[in-house]
Amino acid sequence: MITNLIRRGIQALFVIFAMTLIVFVGVNVIGNPVDILINPDLNQAERLRVMQNLGLDQPLWRQYLSFLAGLAEGDFGDSFVYGRPALGVILERLPATLELALAAMVIAIVVGLPLGLYAGLYPDRLSSKLIMTGSILGFSLPTFWVGLMFILLFAVQLGWLPSNGRGETAGAWSFLTGDGLRHLILPALNLALFKTSLILRLTRAGVQEVIAQDFVKFARAKGLLERRVVLVHILKNLMIPVVTIIGLEFGSLIAFSVVTESIFGWPGMGKLIIDSINLLDRPVIVAYLMMMVVLFVTLNFVIDICYTLLDPRVRLDGKG
Amino acid sequence: MDSKLADAAQIAPPKPRASAALLRFLKAPTALIGVIGLTLVVGVAVFAPILSPQDPYDLMQLDIMDSRLPPGSESFTGVPYHLGTDGQGRDILSGIMYGLRTSLIVGIVSAFVAALIGTTLGLLAAYLGGRGEALLMRLVDLQLSFPTILMALMVLAILGNGVTNVVLAIIVAEWATYARTARGTALVEREKEYIEAARCLRIPARRILLRHMLPNCLAPIIVIATMQVARAIGLEATLSFLGLGASVTQPSLGMLIANGYQYLLSGLYWISFYPGIALLITIVCINLVGDRLRDVLNPRNAR
Repeated sequence: MITNLIRRGIQALFVIFAMTLIVFVGVNVIGNPVDILINPDLNQAERLRVMQNLGLDQPLWRQYLSFLAGLAEGDFGDSFVYGRPALGVILERLPATLELALAAMVIAIVVGLPLGLYAGLYPDRLSSKLIMTGSILGFSLPTFWVGLMFILLFAVQLGWLPSNGRGETAGAWSFLTGDGLRHLILPALNLALFKTSLILRLTRAGVQEVIAQDFVKFARAKGLLERRVVLVHILKNLMIPVVTIIGLEFGSLIAFSVVTESIFGWPGMGKLIIDSINLLDRPVIVAYLMMMVVLFVTLNFVIDICYTLLDPRVRLDGKG
Repeated sequence: MDSKLADAAQIAPPKPRASAALLRFLKAPTALIGVIGLTLVVGVAVFAPILSPQDPYDLMQLDIMDSRLPPGSESFTGVPYHLGTDGQGRDILSGIMYGLRTSLIVGIVSAFVAALIGTTLGLLAAYLGGRGEALLMRLVDLQLSFPTILMALMVLAILGNGVTNVVLAIIVAEWATYARTARGTALVEREKEYIEAARCLRIPARRILLRHMLPNCLAPIIVIATMQVARAIGLEATLSFLGLGASVTQPSLGMLIANGYQYLLSGLYWISFYPGIALLITIVCINLVGDRLRDVLNPRNAR
């Protein structure tokens, strides 16, 4: 168990290292920030001076080494656009993205789980069929277009909710103020749409699998209240796959918040990375990508461990 | 006796496999809707130059006086704009027809190339085994643990914007799915007698892979590829919307929707709304077809 953990940990570190190489070389060899960031009217000497300031005159391998050294200290260099440390620029926006992703996750669970349970328990009812059709729509509708339609309907036509920004924040969080909460609703709903369908369908499939098993039949034969059968016997056995998916999908919520943030002008990391790609702000791009790599590698590592803890049948090396 | 006869009558004329499968495929009403819808969509895209009232790429035909007209209005010269016009005075309906072309081409090309690369690698890995297989499968695992949009962003951050790069990004983001499926199916096939027989006959590996294994692994690949076309179209639209994709002069559906974004707050809904509906219809129809294909091609359901 311990050796396996260590082996997995080393593999994870290796992956992160490999990604630093890919990302750094890719961004540096193919994009050329000099042309974009330096005023073309400058003369040669001034150009050189600016390049020296940004460290762009060094050979690539030396840039990479200083990048690695910086990485160890969490220093990705200064953002070309903001003139401040890239990681700081990103971390400032982390709470906004986290808040949005968490809110979306909560919505997806609160809506998806009960509806999936219902559709699984009573598959023949018309309402269940409607729910399932709705979830297909949730899968097929392009998220960004739904976001636009939200703005059109709730912000423009009805004028109920704001469509842009975070509103008033208390500290780093906007859900603490009424105004911030109102700003949060539309983006969170938009981001939650796809995940709600996913959790709904997973729950329904899980219910149908569990409901056919002997212990459920036995619990019913024993004359237990239906409520107890559903809440204890069915729901409990459903939770392992659902919780796993929730863990896995949280990372992808953060990644997909790129789209939602761009639509609703939500000042999070996702909007930042899109702006940075368009402006070729290399340090920010690299810092964001590396942060995501670390996030996902860690997430997978943790999920691997959780698997072994939750289910003794799973062993990391597959030996059983 | 009667029922036996009826059974025999049903079995008696052995239909050719392909048409029987086609009949079975069309039995589900959803599949029929999907096929009809998809035929329409593809037809519109292919014949866009004939069908569309205006060539939206020809700047000479655009009149800035006609910009942002609501659906149903007429141009200066009396040509009707059924779905309205956008900020440059482009007819939305024509824009959608031409936009469908870009979206479909991007979707089909990227799904096809990704399938080609993924399937080849997956089959090779399953057939050859050993270190290469282990390495490839670790790579696949790694890749699949990242969300598609992140992989696509990574590629676009490196390569820069543009349609070709979006296609590349989608291929990079999606090949692993095929590789995993192809390997999984091929591992099962590899153990079967006909492959053993082929090996005993000393048929060269390349021939075994291409003529014996590939055809038997194709069914799940086709299903995934169908669904991936829809996903690729959606991803392309998303990336274009984010300003990382298609060029402004030859907009895809995502770009058309993005163009309408700035007018949305003033209530000019049609510029974003109708291209979105076209996108939705395309994706849903492809998914309906793919869903039915999965049912029909699955050997467990056939017997």
